[in-house]
Amino acid sequence: MDEFVLIFRHEDGTKIASPEQIQVWMKQTMDWIGGIAAQNKFVSGTGLPFADAKIVGHGGVVTNGPFGEIKETIGGFVIVKAESVDEAVEFAKGCPVLQGDGNTVEVRKVAKNDGTH
Amino acid sequence: MHQPQLIPHLFRTEYRKIVSVLCRRFGFEQMEVAEDIASDTFLTAAQTWAYKGIPPNPTAWLYNVAKNKAKNHLQRNTVFENKVSPEIKKDEAEDDTWDLDLSPQNINDSQLQMMFAICHPAISPESQIGLSLRILCGFGIDEVAEAFLTSKDTINKRLYRAKEKIRNEKIKIEMPEPAEINARLDNVLTTIYLLFSEGYYSVSQNQVLRKKLCFEAMRLCHILIENQNTNKPPVNALLALMYFHASRFEARTGKNGELILYDDQDINLWDLEMVAKGAWYLNEAAGGSQLSRYHLEAGIAYWNTQKEDTREKWENILQLYNRLLQIAYSPVAALNRTFALAKANGPEAAIIEAEKLNLTGNQFYFTLLGELYTGIDNEKALLNFKKALALIKTEADAQLVQRKISKLMK
Repeated sequence: MDEFVLIFRHEDGTKIASPEQIQVWMKQTMDWIGGIAAQNKFVSGTGLPFADAKIVGHGGVVTNGPFGEIKETIGGFVIVKAESVDEAVEFAKGCPVLQGDGNTVEVRKVAKNDGTH
Repeated sequence: MHQPQLIPHLFRTEYRKIVSVLCRRFGFEQMEVAEDIASDTFLTAAQTWAYKGIPPNPTAWLYNVAKNKAKNHLQRNTVFENKVSPEIKKDEAEDDTWDLDLSPQNINDSQLQMMFAICHPAISPESQIGLSLRILCGFGIDEVAEAFLTSKDTINKRLYRAKEKIRNEKIKIEMPEPAEINARLDNVLTTIYLLFSEGYYSVSQNQVLRKKLCFEAMRLCHILIENQNTNKPPVNALLALMYFHASRFEARTGKNGELILYDDQDINLWDLEMVAKGAWYLNEAAGGSQLSRYHLEAGIAYWNTQKEDTREKWENILQLYNRLLQIAYSPVAALNRTFALAKANGPEAAIIEAEKLNLTGNQFYFTLLGELYTGIDNEKALLNFKKALALIKTEADAQLVQRKISKLMK
């Protein structure tokens, strides 16, 4: 079994959603993660708040977010256990982030510290 | 109290105290001696009281006899003279009016320290429970054997090996350093919870014994709460959890010891006082920022004391399971979460999630799928109930599923 990180890219949710929508989205996310955990495939994960986001550029230049030219930025990630990238992709498909037009979930294998990479 | 009950009663409450205090004084090397002195004290009591009547304060009498026996032992025993005596603190050794401190404070301290010693990570969980039952709960070997559904011989061997381990690892009877308490407390709580579960989910038909196991586990948890160093949020959460569970003890089994399912339980048999106590300790557990599995399980158990089938109830239970599975996965929790999901989000959503669990060796997995499909796709429901039936080992469970099958066939 390998570990995969599912990286969510989406717009700053607080700017586009009403509190009611955020509430719904939160419940969907909790149920989605609960479903992965119920299969004993959840490792860890967290949100990355947009508030206080900084970008440190070349030469130590610090700027505030938002984040240059890109429309979507990383809003959070979870790490799951999966037999294959395909299974990880199946987990990703259930992610509520994908309900937003243009949002993505990137699936990346986590390197093991065992010399196979 | 009449004498036939008095000795067993005192044995249950006092044996462990005497053993704990003696062990702390002598060290674990002399554990058998401590047990012998405690047993001997009760033998003397039985012999004396039978002829001279029960003294006005039987407990004080027992302590006095235990003290004297300990003193005699020390004076006579050469092993002690040569090996243990130099270890005992100097000021105590110089004190020629040797006395055993059986004050309530010292008894509590000794029991608390004993709890940490027994729950040392070097000792297997099985032995931890066995030792706890014997040393901390004062259970007879017969009772320990029945709790584990095994022979006295097996238990004696297991306890012997555990004690040897304690000696070899040189485990001391003392409180861990404050910084270490949290780490070690985890193990203590696990043992207490296992002890409780041993009683609550035991297949032993001996109702009295089962209840005793549960209440002993709760008593040990109370000792932790009474000490400010160990009165931590997870300890309160665990006690709350046990109170919530224990409140349904009477309703869970019928006259013949058969299990009564939650939905069929008579609410009048639920102990509301225990529910209130559980709520109180759950409230106490809310201090601090640590969210343990016991907090989440206590939350779930709380909602299960609310029989009314509200949306709010199931939504709360679902979210608690969502969190619980992230920190402590178990197939049972995964199945229960799916049941809560069906109640909160509807059976269609739950079926999709249930199919992913893939717990194909588990009868309850197929029973749950059967339940979820009932009314939506009765053929699939039937198929799953039949798969469950093939895995079921007990007659009672088989009858339950058989009834569901007959309902579908109508």
